[in-house]
Amino acid sequence: MIVNRKPLTFWEKLYLPAIIGGLKVTMRHAWGTLFQGKKVTMEYPEQKWTVPEGYRGAPYLVKDQEGNTKCVSCQLCEFVCPPKAIRITPPGPAGQLADRSNAEKMPEEFEINFLRCIYCGLCQEVCPEEAIFLQKDYSITGLTRQEFIYDKEKLLALGGISPGIQKWKNKLEEAKEQETFPVKV
Amino acid sequence: MDFIFNPIVNLYNGLSPTLQFTLWSLVKIAIAIGVLHAIAAYAVLVERKVSAWIQDRVGPNRVAPPFMKYVPILGPILTRMGIFQPLADGLKFMLKEDFTPSGVRKAYFWLAPALAVIPSLLVIAVIPFGSQMGNQKMVIADLNVGILYTFGIVSLGVYGIVLAGYAANSKYPFLGGIRSSAQMISYEIAMGMSVIPVFLIAGNLNLSQIIGWQTSHGWLVMYAPLSFIIFLIASFAETNRTPFDLPEAETELVGGYHTEYGSMKFALFFLAEYSNMVATSGMMVTLFFGGWTLPFWGLDQPAHSLGIGVLQILIFLAKLCVLMVLFIWVRWMWPRFRYDQLMDLGWRRFVPLALANILVTAIILWMKS
Repeated sequence: MIVNRKPLTFWEKLYLPAIIGGLKVTMRHAWGTLFQGKKVTMEYPEQKWTVPEGYRGAPYLVKDQEGNTKCVSCQLCEFVCPPKAIRITPPGPAGQLADRSNAEKMPEEFEINFLRCIYCGLCQEVCPEEAIFLQKDYSITGLTRQEFIYDKEKLLALGGISPGIQKWKNKLEEAKEQETFPVKV
Repeated sequence: MDFIFNPIVNLYNGLSPTLQFTLWSLVKIAIAIGVLHAIAAYAVLVERKVSAWIQDRVGPNRVAPPFMKYVPILGPILTRMGIFQPLADGLKFMLKEDFTPSGVRKAYFWLAPALAVIPSLLVIAVIPFGSQMGNQKMVIADLNVGILYTFGIVSLGVYGIVLAGYAANSKYPFLGGIRSSAQMISYEIAMGMSVIPVFLIAGNLNLSQIIGWQTSHGWLVMYAPLSFIIFLIASFAETNRTPFDLPEAETELVGGYHTEYGSMKFALFFLAEYSNMVATSGMMVTLFFGGWTLPFWGLDQPAHSLGIGVLQILIFLAKLCVLMVLFIWVRWMWPRFRYDQLMDLGWRRFVPLALANILVTAIILWMKS
């Protein structure tokens, strides 16, 4: 594209229109920022950016509506995690039982190393129990490497309650109903 | 209290007039340089704040000493204004490692920051920053050739920059140094010629007496507005400020002549730039805006009491600050000139314009006499 360059008029050659234009623009912006609160920046630690829906923040474990751990320690997320950020210690044969009825087990320890996590969301995708979700935290900070390894208690506390389905809740009743005939459910 | 002051007064009276003069000069130098540094430090803060406002930001608003959070209303306001930012900046410069890159020419590399900062401090020696306090004139050196001294010293400032460009042994500082030398030489001439009409009108080269002339005739900016405009634009070029900041041109030359410098050596270049701004602003106030005088309430006569003396110094500083803000404001307003445009403006516009200005002023004065 060829831009047609007009020769400058005498008035324009004096730089005066450009000077006055510059003065006006800068004055308008300075006035707006100072007296009309038109600043475009956000003062970060006090004001935080509200992330959009579907944002992939830090993955946390969630509890169900009754406050029970949803994770059943199946270790699929540990297996799928590309950077190997998740480490699950299963309860073992003689381990602690799950804190809700009908579920077989829950993890003895569940750690996510946020120095390794790449926020890909594969753990959320693979989880058959809907027990882990990428949430909206984007500011994971710490002073030592150890502080970045979140354990089960911390992940559950940060994760909150999930309003999703409770897969195991009526499993016992459903199993009993299977015995009767005709089947009601 | 007499038993403390009497021995001091007796000791002072016992000194020879030369020693007394030396003593007072040293006191004035110490105060002037202290105030200059404070203004330079806070000019950086103003620069950052003004740039923030123009760019729809807030600017420095966090730094505060630990005890500030216990001060009720004033503390948050001062912190918000960024009052403590220059202290943190200065401390940062002092704590940084003084690193010398391996490829530099060491002797010149160490010499350049000093050469840049010394002329900028020397210029304020002849600027009258107040009338008098007691029987002391508020000027460090009341030279008869004040303005010639100023131009002589100001033109030395380029050596620090050129030497920095050469010593760094690297392409960007070298380009910055070359640009600086060409720019400063071409604007020096326009600047020097622009003030000649002022001296034709006032009939004196002594800055104190030029202020004296302005008290009886009115500010010289009304007699020689073209001189003021040329001087203002040339001083933008002299102090390497936008739109003539080619020597440092961050966007094209990384940091320009101080690319290879860090810590206190960089701080000296920074200080030199801001001291130059203060000095040229002081020069403009003295030459065109009546220095420490105001044309009412009898503030245009030399002070007879300490209070008026201090007030006149404050008037000088206030006028100076207005010009400093202009320097800072302009930096965030206009884009940089291209190298050839800069040369064109200097040699083919301002030099002829300044010459014509001299001629016209001389003819008018000759017709009047």
